[in-house]
Amino acid sequence: MTNEANKAIDANSITIDGETVPFDAGQTIMDAALAVKIYIPHLCHYPGLTPAGNCRLCMVEANGKSVAACVTQAQSGQQVSSNTPELNAARLSITQMLFVEGNHICPSCEKSGNCRLQAMGYYLGMLEEHFHQFNPRREIDASHSTVLLDRDRCILCDLCVRASRDVDKKNVFAIAGRGIHARLIVNTASGKLGDSNIEAKDLAAKICPVGAILIRERSFDSPVAERIYDRQSISDTAMTEHVPRKEDDRG
Amino acid sequence: MAERKLKIATTSLAGCFGCHMSFLDIDEKLMLLNDRIEFNRSPLTDIKQCSPSDIGLIEGGVCNADNVRVLREFRANCTILIAVGACAITGGVPAMRNYFDLRECLEEVYLNGTGVTNPQIPSDTELPLLLDKVYPVQEVVKIDYFLPGCPPSADAFLQLLVPQLDGQKPQLAADQLHYD
Ligand code: SF4
Repeated sequence: MTNEANKAIDANSITIDGETVPFDAGQTIMDAALAVKIYIPHLCHYPGLTPAGNCRLCMVEANGKSVAACVTQAQSGQQVSSNTPELNAARLSITQMLFVEGNHICPSCEKSGNCRLQAMGYYLGMLEEHFHQFNPRREIDASHSTVLLDRDRCILCDLCVRASRDVDKKNVFAIAGRGIHARLIVNTASGKLGDSNIEAKDLAAKICPVGAILIRERSFDSPVAERIYDRQSISDTAMTEHVPRKEDDRG
Repeated sequence: MAERKLKIATTSLAGCFGCHMSFLDIDEKLMLLNDRIEFNRSPLTDIKQCSPSDIGLIEGGVCNADNVRVLREFRANCTILIAVGACAITGGVPAMRNYFDLRECLEEVYLNGTGVTNPQIPSDTELPLLLDKVYPVQEVVKIDYFLPGCPPSADAFLQLLVPQLDGQKPQLAADQLHYD
């Protein structure tokens, strides 16, 4: 780091890739970065929900140590590197692993064009999946009249779990099992979505970054070229994402 | 002396020919390319056997024994081998059968499916043997470049080929990177 950058650091600032970034006490590195519109790649983080540190895409080096930016508090004088060839190469590998672990066939997926996993592939310049495909065969839950759950595409980001529990106050989803056995379950006696009180307007039904939770009869709403990531990069959309605030129309 | 034309071979394995159609979509620029390239084995020429070529374009994934044979023939003959389109690179839509056993698929289609008459699973030496799964081409041979898309746009094909006419490495523009 240059002397100038050193001088610029005051009590409540860190540097990210050499840029001085202020923070408020209690903010994470991710919070501080987003506040000044610095993009640190992430899939399982969504401002307004408690961070979970699941996906590991936001791994940065803070004072030389690898940490997940979404769960690491900013500390005065911390020197963070994020947009480096090494970290982006690691993020690309993580993204490729997320692709092969599920069944992500973009040309046949309703979420294509609006999918944050796909957009992450674009952002990181992923040309191929590199690893062997798992071809998992997981249970599809079509028991609900307006919300569909296709577990083959779930990346276990835990966003629906947190959204349902903390925002919708319904606690519809949970992740059961560990490691390779981890899977998304529905908290009803039957385990079926149709027996839960989830509604299409719930945040949990809308927050899924991939095509695992879909609102029925809304697929392919926007034509190719007019979908979110036909027009924008995930590094742009990430700047405006936030759980609806109280005064917002929850629509 | 006239410049040597670049020899290009193309094939469609387990694909739908959409990538070939998109390639032809470069319209009048095909005429420009025509001065610099010539086609070897390709559905466009009907040449059946690949001989030494500068570039091979592979559309489609690998679903049967004949796909493996053709892919290896291309690898053996092409200096640069390029996987074109979602099916070649990931298996694509044909790979949706990977979530089922091969037997389940055959039984569904030829024995238990709707409207099946004279149910029997085809078995003839003329028919290439199906593989257990549909594989991305890079799981079978070494691939030099990838051109994602379903199909890749005509412009993406140009971005891939034009630099190679002058021996340059192709670089796909960020806005041309699509998986669908
Ligand atoms: S269903 Fe979607 S939101 Fe829920 S854990 Fe899976 S990927 Fe995340």
